[in-house]
Amino acid sequence: MLKYLRLGLGLRSRIALSFGLGGLMVSALLSLTAYSVTRTTSLEQRSEAVESQFFKNAGFVQAASLTEGASYGDILRDLPQLAGASPIANIPGNANPWVAPRLAPEDLPTELVERVAQGDGAYSMRYSRNGSRTLAIGVRVSQTNVSYFEVVTLSEIESSLSSLRTTLAAASLGTTLIAAMLGVWAAGRALRPLASVGDAAQSIAAGDLDTRIEGKGDPDLDTFVGSFNDMASALETRIERDTRFASDVSHELRSPLMTLRASIDVLDARRSELSERSAAALNLLSDDVTRFQRLVEDLLEISRSDAGSIDASFQPIDLRELVTRVLSSTGHADVEVNVRKGAGDCVLMGDKRRLVQVVSNLIENADKYATGPTAVGLSGNESTLRLMIDDNGPGVPLDERGLIFDRFARGAMARRRGSGSGAGLGLALVAEHVRLHHGRVWVEDVPELAGSRFVVELPRGSQA
Amino acid sequence: MGTRILTVEDDERIRTVVRFGLEDEGWIVAEAESGEAAIEEFNRFDPDVVLIDIMLPGINGFDLCRVLRRNSDVPIIMVTARDDTHDVVAGLEAGADDYMTKPFAPKELSARIRALLRRNRPLSSDVSMIRIGDLEVTPDQGVVKRGGEEIHLTKTEFRLLCELASNPGKVFSRESLLEKVWGYDYFGDGRLVDVHVRRLRTKVELDAAHPRHVVTVRGMGYKLQT
Repeated sequence: MLKYLRLGLGLRSRIALSFGLGGLMVSALLSLTAYSVTRTTSLEQRSEAVESQFFKNAGFVQAASLTEGASYGDILRDLPQLAGASPIANIPGNANPWVAPRLAPEDLPTELVERVAQGDGAYSMRYSRNGSRTLAIGVRVSQTNVSYFEVVTLSEIESSLSSLRTTLAAASLGTTLIAAMLGVWAAGRALRPLASVGDAAQSIAAGDLDTRIEGKGDPDLDTFVGSFNDMASALETRIERDTRFASDVSHELRSPLMTLRASIDVLDARRSELSERSAAALNLLSDDVTRFQRLVEDLLEISRSDAGSIDASFQPIDLRELVTRVLSSTGHADVEVNVRKGAGDCVLMGDKRRLVQVVSNLIENADKYATGPTAVGLSGNESTLRLMIDDNGPGVPLDERGLIFDRFARGAMARRRGSGSGAGLGLALVAEHVRLHHGRVWVEDVPELAGSRFVVELPRGSQA
Repeated sequence: MGTRILTVEDDERIRTVVRFGLEDEGWIVAEAESGEAAIEEFNRFDPDVVLIDIMLPGINGFDLCRVLRRNSDVPIIMVTARDDTHDVVAGLEAGADDYMTKPFAPKELSARIRALLRRNRPLSSDVSMIRIGDLEVTPDQGVVKRGGEEIHLTKTEFRLLCELASNPGKVFSRESLLEKVWGYDYFGDGRLVDVHVRRLRTKVELDAAHPRHVVTVRGMGYKLQT
């Protein structure tokens, strides 16, 4: 049961439940005690009062029995009685031995009648008469054969006890509810620091590495808060160190690259003065420096994105124009952008530089693994835009489709080809940038054709 | 007389290779390896364009830029090893007209310098004077006056103002301003426009925080209000 509860309920509910159960137990115990004490006392008091009157009356009956020719009916009628009490007497020898002003002999339990007839003391008995609790008390009047009884209804006590029961049950229920509410409140209070820890952890996960929790001066919680903050700052230091390292390395590489790049260009301007062999060597050098430069740029971009990309500037961008521009700047001016219905004005909120990189990296990918993009499409609705870039290459095997967006993960295809043309960060950057835009990117088959289709889905974002 | 270019760069190898590239264009190149040397060389050499590396020993590139801007509107290109927003914006706010990120090819640099030199030439305009509120712009003289008093603008700032003033009320996108003022294609950096607009506002607006003439059109670009 407890295990089930733990599985099914949250901490808050469990605390509330415990408080409620505790409240219920305490109030039930108190109510039961109070009820039984009250019941015992009030019944005893009533019995005592009844008994003392009974014995007085029995005395009168005895006195009457000693008088010849006394009318028991009159005597019984005139006896003083407590409220709810009625007399009845058995006079053996009479034609009708039972004398009673208000009762019938059936109102007495036979067991009591027999006992009184056989014994020589007073007996009392509680029983139910016409559905209500009743006390009957009887005695054989000494020196006679006369039995005197009184029947006392206890219904008044019963009804006050029953209303007491109702009151106590209501009080118990109320106490239980109040305890449960107290439990909810206490749990909320106890969990409030945890909620702030949760918020902090979430904002750290979202990239705000300098998030910390403030101690509330509570010694129980402050240790916990301290540990959490220590963990957060350790994490921050570590991530920053990693990021800074990648960024520093890239920056350090930029100066020598600058000299390399510029020297090659100076040489290239004098290509006519070079021998054929030197020119070929220059080409090799130039190609690899270009590749190296690209790798450094991509590494920097990745490390910047790891650092939380603080410099993103979102503005309305006409994706159709952007794609067209990138196509023409990469030598694919002949590829037309096919805008489907629903794409509307093709405008979305985005970071222009990064979106340009997304599109150009995808086109570059098509250049590398196929003969360039064969079709470029834009579709969408009010909330998202979808860019599709098709190529006529060999396609991406199913088991590699998730991997190709990893850093330095080149498909088996590229490895087999053995060409050193891919830096392996292009698609990883596409994935990073698309993620920054809260979009998705994936690769699928081109319907009914060979080749792969890269799909970028971007939310249009708010233009307000 | 050839175009004179001053390159301020502490790395000797980069300085040399940049000089090779610029001399191949037929330009005259002077070099300085620090900010202090650059100020001296600037006064002696009187260059047409200055190339400043941000990371300099002694006074850094931003400060050097501000010092030169005090008495001169010579076109300045900042060279940075970081293209983070912070460095780029700080360089432009210090008064640079354009920036380049290392590593760049000498050909790109030459193209930027040529674009800057084109901006240096006075505008040939069919309108002799444009009035914008309390401002008087004389395109062919490169002069802006408020109440008869001249406001000093750099060539780039002036070109930007004239471009906006060529069609008051029309919204110019960042891309079109980049193309017309800086000679960039679609892929130019919009931050160039944003920072220059800010610089322009501090000069021509009475209250730069609440501009009345050079107005931002959210999500679209900028326009001029008369």
